[in-house]
Amino acid sequence: MGSLRRYFHPEQLREFSLVFLIVAIFLFFGSQIPGYFSPRIFNRVTSDVAIITVVAIGETLVLLTRNYDLSVGSIVGLTAFFVGKQLSFYPDMLPALALLLAIGAGALMGVFNGLIIAYGRVPSLIATLGTLAIYRSMLVAYPGNKIVVTNDFPKWVLDLGSTSLISIGGFDIKPVVAVALLVFIIFQLITTYLSYGRRLYAIGSNPEAARVGGLPEQQIVFWAFVLCGALAGLGGFMFMVRYGDLTTAAAQGMELQVIAAAVVGGVSTNGGVGTMIGALLGAFMINLLQQSLLRWLRISNFWVDAFLGMLILLAVTIDAVIVSRLRVIWAQTGLETRPGGEKEESHAA
Amino acid sequence: MRRRWEWLRSWESLLLVILVAVIGFNVLKAPFYLQIDNQINLFQLHIEEIIVALIMTFIIINAEIDLSVGSVMGLAGCVMAFLWERGVPIEVGIAAALFTGVLVGVFNGFMVAYVGLTSLVVTLAGLIGYRGLAHVLLEDRSIGNFPKWFNQLGQQPLVWHIPFAMIAFFVMLVIALVILQNSGFGRYVYVIGNNKDVARYSGVNVRRIKMTLFVASGLISAFAGLLLAARLGSMRGDTATGTELTVITMVVLGGVSIFGGSGSLYGVLLSILIVLNLRNGMGLLNIPGDTQTGVIGALLILSVLVPNIAQEVRSLWSRRQRAQRVQAAEEQKGG
Repeated sequence: MGSLRRYFHPEQLREFSLVFLIVAIFLFFGSQIPGYFSPRIFNRVTSDVAIITVVAIGETLVLLTRNYDLSVGSIVGLTAFFVGKQLSFYPDMLPALALLLAIGAGALMGVFNGLIIAYGRVPSLIATLGTLAIYRSMLVAYPGNKIVVTNDFPKWVLDLGSTSLISIGGFDIKPVVAVALLVFIIFQLITTYLSYGRRLYAIGSNPEAARVGGLPEQQIVFWAFVLCGALAGLGGFMFMVRYGDLTTAAAQGMELQVIAAAVVGGVSTNGGVGTMIGALLGAFMINLLQQSLLRWLRISNFWVDAFLGMLILLAVTIDAVIVSRLRVIWAQTGLETRPGGEKEESHAA
Repeated sequence: MRRRWEWLRSWESLLLVILVAVIGFNVLKAPFYLQIDNQINLFQLHIEEIIVALIMTFIIINAEIDLSVGSVMGLAGCVMAFLWERGVPIEVGIAAALFTGVLVGVFNGFMVAYVGLTSLVVTLAGLIGYRGLAHVLLEDRSIGNFPKWFNQLGQQPLVWHIPFAMIAFFVMLVIALVILQNSGFGRYVYVIGNNKDVARYSGVNVRRIKMTLFVASGLISAFAGLLLAARLGSMRGDTATGTELTVITMVVLGGVSIFGGSGSLYGVLLSILIVLNLRNGMGLLNIPGDTQTGVIGALLILSVLVPNIAQEVRSLWSRRQRAQRVQAAEEQKGG
């Protein structure tokens, strides 16, 4: 038990069980649905997951600091729509400029969120519930007709959505997927090794202690929201590339899927707990399950939301009931194997 | 003398000033504004939301939140419509819808009070899940053709000019005022909101009170959903989406702290009147509904941001004054 304890944290259990679950889902549905391991399902799931993952990584940064960002769905929708409109007006725009425009627009909305929350001390729930409505109404109030269609876009946008970087027997790695992987690696490194990343955890697990310890709390929370906004902007760009046809309801309700992905992936809504790989696995599992269920039971799309709500509750309940108990056991075995050893994390709230 | 004017600095008096300004603007802009039918219409257009705002006040003072109210409204209406479509008498459908509300409330309350999850996550999952169930029931159909008396109850005046829903609101308002501001239960709601642990150690049954509040929230939301179905005359899977935003705005704008423990129903009543009049005014100016929602969102943020900034400025001011006083004292000592 002692050696086991050294290599595992109870938090890591979540990631292992997610990997296990994903494999189990694959095997189960593979035996049920003919042609399940076809490239079509793989390509579809990966490009959907890519968008959710990028936004979920931003959301995780915010969740780590014990805050919420409910406005990401509106940011994704607004940037996708805004950049789509610009591209249809100026088809000669450089692709890089369009990408920067999307990230910049998202970051700007993140700045607005961050200012209100970090410096104006408005609870993040209230602030982002407000900006959720404000950004969406900005999108609806955007002048001109309320729809962007694929035909308006220059050719490179369509190419970007359909080409594949690497293709192994029909299993494509599309540009959106590559971008998502890149973002994942960068932010996994940031949160593990950079002092900024560690400070996110410090603030989330005990804001009082972090403040007393001299961390610039406001600044760190502010930048978490800016990064979250920028990543949602990037997600908006990917959304535009992937779907092409956009209405004013684009990405409506995506914040719920994103938070679901993070929470299922073991990111705690009480702050300070969670990893980027957890968010990635959570996003992957939810989407895989959705796509598989849709094909297997031929159930209607309408079941998806009911199902998503249940999954969030299940994940959080398991967290509250099992993982917190495991943590206590871990701490206790620590006391037994190391007499006089310090008692750590035994009271996880 | 100072105490006499103290109330002028309270949040409620600020709300009163805003209310008078909004009403004054409306009176100047629209000649029909003060007519009795417009006044009733102003309530009637958002009557479901202000009914839910009453119970939301209790929940937020209790330091919890219920994000699922809009979805419960939709779900209850859809349960009733689903049964009606299958030929079940409407009375049974109404009872089933109300029962659904209670069931949902018990579930939320159990998860929060007994399992110990944060209400935000539980009701966020509820917001998605209950809406999903509503969609499962009705898919993309729109169901109407309810019995005549049911639609009349929602659309026609019951007594004099006043429709049923408005009477229900005022009755519930009086009951809520008595319970929250004048009863032992109301005291407990505040005490728990201030400090849950202290309340528990003092022998307050925290779990039971939280459970009661969530069950009440489910039931009242379901009731509001039925009122909405009666007023609109039809139900769809996405009816009442986004109601939680307006409801929470009304409560927080009314001076109820989102961290619990403080605020009053009087403030909420004032903010309800402000939001209703603001919407009415924007409607008179032909501002579309989505923009109105954006304005409500901005109002929600400002209602927390402005007091924070005011407090910051005040503390900065008093710190500077203290520093000046210290400096003056030191100069005196030195001289």
